[in-house]
Amino acid sequence: MKKILIVSTALAGFTAFAATAEEINVMSWGGAYTKSQVEAYGKPFTAETGIKVNWIDADNPATPIKAQVEAGNVSIDVADVEYSDAVRLCDEGLLEEIDKAMLPPAPDGTPAEEDFIEGALTDCGVANIVWSTVVAYNKENLNGTPTTIADFFDLEKFPGKRGLRKSAKATLEMALEADGVPASEVYEVLSTPEGVDRAFAKLDTIKDQIVWWEAGAQPPQLLADGEVVMSTAYNGRIFNAAVAEGQPLEILWDGQILDFDLFVIPKGAPNKENALKFLAFATDTKRLADQASWISYGPARKSSSSMVGKFMDGKTDMGPHMPTAPENMKNALVNDYEFWVDHDAELNERFNAWLAQ
Amino acid sequence: MALPNYASPLERIWHYAYLVICALIFLFLIAPILVVIPLSFNAEPYFTFTPRMLALDPEGYSLRWYDKLLTFGMQNPDAPRDLSWWADVWENSKWVNAAKNSFIIGIFATILATGFGTLAALGLSRPEMPFRRAIMAILISPMIVPIIITATGLFFFYSSIKISHWSIFGWEIPYLGIILAHATLGIPFVIITVTATLVGFDQSLNRAAANLGADPRTTFFRITMPLILPGVISGALFAFVTSFDEVVVVLFVGALDEQTIPRQMWNGIREQISPAILSVATILVVISVALLTTVELLRRRSERLRGVTPG
Amino acid sequence: MSTQTPADPHVAVVATAGGVEDGPLVMADGTSLKQALRKSQSRARRRAFLLVLPLLAFVVLTFIVPIGQLLKRSVYSPNFHENMPALVAWFDASPPGTVPDESAYAALVADLRLLKKTKKAGLVGTRVNYELPGSRSLFTKGARKAEKLEPPYREALLKLDPRWGDPALWQVMRSAASPYTMNFYLAAVDLKRDSDGSIVRVEENRRVYLMLFGRTLALSLLITFLALVLAYPIAHLLATLPLRKSNLLMILVLLPFWTSLLVRTTSWMVLLQSQGVINDALVALGIIGDDGRIQMMYNKIGTVIAMTHILLPFMVLPLYSVMRTINPSYVRAARNLGATSWTAFRRIYFPQTVPGIGAGALLVFILAVGYYITPALVGGSDGTLISNLIAFHIQKSLNWSLAAALAALLLAGILVLYWLYDRLVGIDNLKLG
Repeated sequence: MKKILIVSTALAGFTAFAATAEEINVMSWGGAYTKSQVEAYGKPFTAETGIKVNWIDADNPATPIKAQVEAGNVSIDVADVEYSDAVRLCDEGLLEEIDKAMLPPAPDGTPAEEDFIEGALTDCGVANIVWSTVVAYNKENLNGTPTTIADFFDLEKFPGKRGLRKSAKATLEMALEADGVPASEVYEVLSTPEGVDRAFAKLDTIKDQIVWWEAGAQPPQLLADGEVVMSTAYNGRIFNAAVAEGQPLEILWDGQILDFDLFVIPKGAPNKENALKFLAFATDTKRLADQASWISYGPARKSSSSMVGKFMDGKTDMGPHMPTAPENMKNALVNDYEFWVDHDAELNERFNAWLAQ
Repeated sequence: MALPNYASPLERIWHYAYLVICALIFLFLIAPILVVIPLSFNAEPYFTFTPRMLALDPEGYSLRWYDKLLTFGMQNPDAPRDLSWWADVWENSKWVNAAKNSFIIGIFATILATGFGTLAALGLSRPEMPFRRAIMAILISPMIVPIIITATGLFFFYSSIKISHWSIFGWEIPYLGIILAHATLGIPFVIITVTATLVGFDQSLNRAAANLGADPRTTFFRITMPLILPGVISGALFAFVTSFDEVVVVLFVGALDEQTIPRQMWNGIREQISPAILSVATILVVISVALLTTVELLRRRSERLRGVTPG
Repeated sequence: MSTQTPADPHVAVVATAGGVEDGPLVMADGTSLKQALRKSQSRARRRAFLLVLPLLAFVVLTFIVPIGQLLKRSVYSPNFHENMPALVAWFDASPPGTVPDESAYAALVADLRLLKKTKKAGLVGTRVNYELPGSRSLFTKGARKAEKLEPPYREALLKLDPRWGDPALWQVMRSAASPYTMNFYLAAVDLKRDSDGSIVRVEENRRVYLMLFGRTLALSLLITFLALVLAYPIAHLLATLPLRKSNLLMILVLLPFWTSLLVRTTSWMVLLQSQGVINDALVALGIIGDDGRIQMMYNKIGTVIAMTHILLPFMVLPLYSVMRTINPSYVRAARNLGATSWTAFRRIYFPQTVPGIGAGALLVFILAVGYYITPALVGGSDGTLISNLIAFHIQKSLNWSLAAALAALLLAGILVLYWLYDRLVGIDNLKLG
């Protein structure tokens, strides 16, 4: 009896060891967002499969995985990237294609391809959330309440530093919107050289007041510290700082820019099989709904929407905080991924030259 | 620096002004380093002195940021602080892990740099050394070439030779790339300090030892080694500090999960600068004070041994 | 280590020379002393060299080779060459200046179809885009639609996008067809090749690099100057105080030197940020209003202050070691001969410190020019230096060849300064505390 016990514990020990030896590296955006993914996807995944998930932070995972694949030294198995990057990297052959048949159907049996919101599935990516870039402000440091995106660029009405993401994407669109271009025409205008000049001219009016941020965790911090009075930000980060941490931050939904985040698998990922397992697990109806109870990003499956309830504190309704809530969608712009796939390189180049000048 | 008693009043004024200026410059040098120490005990999450701190109210101070260093990344930070809590800290705390990595990398890099470096310094300080100047220039260059260039070069080089997959008996050597790079960065310091101790080295001591019948081996260990040892140790400490403080190479060539203290600090400073960073900074300042003291004592000892008047 | 212990080469000679009486000096074994000496000297040389060899090999392997590879990358960019075989063949067959005919367009379409299959349209497009901004999408779009194109290909492509007929595009493709190019060096100094191959400046809104090289130079000079102004008085004080006191004060110089760079940068951020210690103190003292807080971080001011602080010890130490050796009686003699203290300083003391100034200034300048960490953290957008742009191209834009070219230019500048330093000061005289 005793002998059996020893053998079985040894076996148990061995299997436990073997189980923890399996792991995948998932790269995401850090801070509150990664935390929501750890809670909603990572922990249940490890509990169910025994595969350990290592979460790695990046300002924008698209860049390091591109660098890794091009340098031929890939260590990331799954990455969370923006829509246009998912398409662009896929076009360049830097991502594995994903067979959509392996995604689990909705609880009512609807196949995954119909259950996901239109456009949420691409050749190489599976969307997990809908998020948006918004303007946020610290109500204690700002005199008055901004109501339109134009107020962000109005230094007379709202003096003080502005925080902006160090990237052309979303920044140029907001500049044009603030300059009076209606949401529906933004990309049309931005496709012309004059439109680009116009966006930069608008940015010039606040250039010396801008504090540039790169990591999504920075804007809530900059706002809370009073380093800036208004900043663009990812809406979920502001929600978490305001609701979970009680910071006096508010979101200005006018002019928000909606986008998907997708899970992709870099070409040459060291643990591709487990990466696929993780991807299928994380994007099922329940997990996507769970994530929405940790951060205010909309799930990418239709079947998840009805399951979204309250925030982790048990009292805040998530609905009105979602970027897709009708209230918030009044003057929203949906990121045109095709535009950015084609223009990302040149506009960012121009943007960086402008930045350094 | 005493003022001669024939100094004119103007000169007196100038002299005192000069002392004040010097004091201000010393303040500029040292104040930024000291300012983080009290701030790291701030009870509030701010980077400035709160009124309660200025009033020296004990309530204004706390160890919470030091505690945060332990708990950040833990599985169950709120569990009772028994043995398993500490095991959790040791296993999962991000800062503790970063410290472990920093020490492992630092120690191996130092061993490599000091071993190769001391040997080379012995050769370089021989009068017969050929191409001395050129070789010296090459060996010191890692200190002069901007770190960003070194890191960029290593990034391409390591990717092309796939160093992260190099293994011994199927075991992939962790941190290999960083250790080799840090050793290279530490080498100039070892060369400089060891050759400096060898400059005043009296070659006739070796000759005397040989005359007295010592074989080269005995001569080295009984005569040369004790004399250059202070230089070797200072060089090793310099090399260690260089590695311990290095972030750019780690950022460029380190695997994404290879965290070190500077890298963790770098991320912290860029993202969410919390007073926890200041508590790390304080610990590092204390370490640097200890190292500085050691090196100073060694330098004085070395000068005494070599009979060089300190200066 | 024991086999290569330092044994004096003269020992053998000294030990045996005693037995020689007269005539040409010979060794016990009959060889002439001259030969024996030469032999023992070459053996000693070899031994010394063998001691250095392992380290030299190590540094060459872990340092020189990677940098060599980096330099190669600045002139080597094979993406177009490797993925566009048909067009490359056409360029090889037709001399420069040939107007692209239908066969050229057919080759182009064949390659675009290939790109669709190999998924390399982005890579090729990016390569061309480096030299002709805005053309990346031509390739991705072209590859997507290439299957459907029908001859005549020239018309078909031009209909798809008239830019396919642009001579500038063909000029760039021709140059990209060769894997070796100097164009990244041109780009690194804001130049490019025109459609006829002549070198011109890039559009004004894309000129950055020369300006950044200039800024790096200007800020480094400013930092060197500030460090000198701050270091001179305290080095003088340290050199003239009694040893016991100066050793104590020296610690104040050495402690920053030993403290982590990141710690020092963090400290400056804490001090300089608009809600930081300095601004708070100024507001508390009523010097500035609460809304008039001075922006000292995320700009040039922050970079200059923090870097001056960080590099100051590198100026103090060489100055100190030179001042220490200056005999105070010269100044005293000058005073005795009637010089005012200012004249004595200017004519007697200062000239003697010039070597120290040279050594310190060169060292500080060399280190400042290549600085990365501090400007990256406190520099914002107008306080960043050329190093930060190299990092940007490595990590963000992934234009590695341009990064390599920028790095090569920076390296060339540094090596000239390093050579100068070696000539004027001597690397052996580098001291660390």
